[in-house]
Amino acid sequence: MDLTVGPVQFFWSAERWSAFYDDLAQAPVDRLVLGELVCSKRLPFFQDRIPDAIATLTDAGKEVALTSLALVTLKRERKATGALAEMGIPIEVNDLTALAHLPEGMPFWVGPLVNVYNEGTISWLAGRGATRICLPPELPLDSVARLARTGADLGVAIEVWGHGRLPLAISGRCYHARMHGRTKDNCQFACEDDPDGLDVKTLDGQPFLAMNGVQTLSDTHACAAYQADALADAGVSALRLSPQSSGFDALCRLYRQLLDGHLSGDQLVEAIGRDETGARLSDGFLTGARGVDWSGKAMSG
Amino acid sequence: MVMEIVCPAGTPASLRAAVTAGAHTIYCGFADETNARNFPGLNFQRDEMRAGIAFAHDHGAKVLVAINTFPRAGDEALWHRAVADAESCGADAAILADLGLLDHAARHHPGLRRHLSVQAAASNADALNFYADTFGVKRVVLPRVLSVPEIAAINAETEVETEVFVYGGLCVMAEGRCSLSSYATGRSPNMNGVCSPASHVEYHDQGGVLDAKLGGYIIHRVGKDEPAPYPTLCKGCFSAGEKTTHLFEDPVSLNAEQLIPQLQKAGVTALKIEGRQRSRSYVAQVVRNFRAAVDALEAGRPMPEGMLARLSEGQAMTTGAYKKTWR
Amino acid sequence: MSPLPGQIPLFPAALAIPLRMLPLAPMSLALTAFSRSIARRHPGLFRRLGDYDRTRFVLDPTDLPFVIHLEPGGGTPRVSLARGGGDGAARIAGPLAALLGLVHGAFDGDALFFSRDLVIEGDTSAALALRNAIDDSELDLSQEMTFFCGPMKGPLQRLFAQIEKHSGVSLTRAEENGAW
Repeated sequence: MDLTVGPVQFFWSAERWSAFYDDLAQAPVDRLVLGELVCSKRLPFFQDRIPDAIATLTDAGKEVALTSLALVTLKRERKATGALAEMGIPIEVNDLTALAHLPEGMPFWVGPLVNVYNEGTISWLAGRGATRICLPPELPLDSVARLARTGADLGVAIEVWGHGRLPLAISGRCYHARMHGRTKDNCQFACEDDPDGLDVKTLDGQPFLAMNGVQTLSDTHACAAYQADALADAGVSALRLSPQSSGFDALCRLYRQLLDGHLSGDQLVEAIGRDETGARLSDGFLTGARGVDWSGKAMSG
Repeated sequence: MVMEIVCPAGTPASLRAAVTAGAHTIYCGFADETNARNFPGLNFQRDEMRAGIAFAHDHGAKVLVAINTFPRAGDEALWHRAVADAESCGADAAILADLGLLDHAARHHPGLRRHLSVQAAASNADALNFYADTFGVKRVVLPRVLSVPEIAAINAETEVETEVFVYGGLCVMAEGRCSLSSYATGRSPNMNGVCSPASHVEYHDQGGVLDAKLGGYIIHRVGKDEPAPYPTLCKGCFSAGEKTTHLFEDPVSLNAEQLIPQLQKAGVTALKIEGRQRSRSYVAQVVRNFRAAVDALEAGRPMPEGMLARLSEGQAMTTGAYKKTWR
Repeated sequence: MSPLPGQIPLFPAALAIPLRMLPLAPMSLALTAFSRSIARRHPGLFRRLGDYDRTRFVLDPTDLPFVIHLEPGGGTPRVSLARGGGDGAARIAGPLAALLGLVHGAFDGDALFFSRDLVIEGDTSAALALRNAIDDSELDLSQEMTFFCGPMKGPLQRLFAQIEKHSGVSLTRAEENGAW
């Protein structure tokens, strides 16, 4: 299997953003999706860095695509979505609005925020020009296996969420702004202080979710360490790693070693457990009773 | 044209109550995973659907069948059968969300009118027109993330009819794009037609303090005599940073009654009431009030004042995203 | 819709005291016979219970000195009265008037629950199924009584008359179009 790096879900400074992709040019990943997924207000802060990042990464032999916004409502968001089609690199569609702007027959990728749950939807998307689909993280392994077979039949590469906080919901309301008593239009970019999202806990202190502007993520980092073999056997062609603010480069190397058979699932999990982020892991969407479940040993912290 | 009142029915009794109370249109679903209110004891067997539609048609009302979950890989036949049965039962339209299912319905049941479910979260004119051009969708239920001016702007750029929620439960997240429930319980609106399912709810009453848990997570804690909201994930009380509050949404429900004239000016065709899980008495009462409102509007009479106030006793109301400050 | 706090009438405590002396066994037999008469006329109620058509429910009228066990028995129901808390997979507790109001469609279950006039414990899903099934069946207990015959009719009628008189709740189905 290949490794795909998904778009940065959080609001990072332009410097951090550029440095992140400069580092990744040397990382053992095959393709990257750049651009703003969550909030159109963030884009002006780093959009002039995108062409350089694309150049650096393509020079390093990586495939690069640009993501559409996850939820398009405003006029300028529609325009920006339309403009993506003119960038000359593949678009990863994360809201079907983008499809409305893509010329019929132009190849595109489909991101994890588009509802692809069944064979009929894959067939329809393939007919419309989809060449690569990252499935929604909520799908269980047996659905993934069926869809990977359908993808193989239709020549569509199927990708699965491999690692990172899970994108669980998107809203018209900005929770960061709401928490600070501001409106979305006057948010003062409250989300910038939380480069991996802001932890949300229950009333008895249980870690539960993470807040990221208009997006809500899981507290846990999904980790497909124990399903990688099954996914490869099912014909899944890539694992998607979702950017985090620290140790991401190392994480990419660990997953590459796992896929190459140089590390076991246990060894990968142990290595992740040793890093300083203290992330709690989950793989329940793939094989558990519920998304938050973890099939590995209980993690400390 | 008088605005169309689209009313929920979780049971045949509710359907009859809603029709009798003056609903122009009823929406309901089959008793399985094909619709987004797959709750215990709710929804329609095939014979009940056929009889319900006949009853509605006899009284001049229409019936829309919601088939608005996302078919499970390997089991699409169940959803395909639902579309075929909706058509043969005489439904006036099917409410669909899944791309594959829309494609199937457009190809195999071209005579069955297609509405786009709120679960598809089509939130701008480009998306609406895309669904209309591609699948022949005639009406779109707009996601609850739009303000009234945005709805007006959408209607100015599309021929597709729009339907908006005006009353009842309120999703804070874009519907159809939320896996909070399956993260905590394994069951989701998209896959199972349930959100924060009752089967995963536990209440603990200790000395008058009531904890409502979902999937083991505390969602609410209320004192004696305080209202006890159902533990819907996005309306829970949580902590982040220094704050402990309803971070996503307060336990409120939507009431856009006052906005009906503005929604009409914005070009909205139909007003939708949420609540297939509510009782027939609730449904009848809400329908009667909304019907009175649109009839008054049509006749140029002032809106009945505060007509729904008594329906909202004990529960806070919001106009949601229709007013921009909500965001 | 959702009754204001205090709006649901409570069965007068003084009148509930004599009910403590109520002979439970014959009353249970009578209620079982009555429930089977209802079941014969409303088979759809049991179909609608689905997976819960054999679940044991505890209905707890909090202003009366007994609880009601309801076992749907897949269409052959059994009803029994018991002192104390009772036991079952799901428990629905509230003033008698609230419980009867639910049966007759006068109240909305969600609204009663939000206002905490109704408390659900145990298998919430089963309780929901029961509520929905009963709401759909459009029961009218007074009318059901006229269809019910047998030796137990007399005592049951007397009990119902007492309930109707003192609870302030009609045992007749509310019209959805009426004001309430």
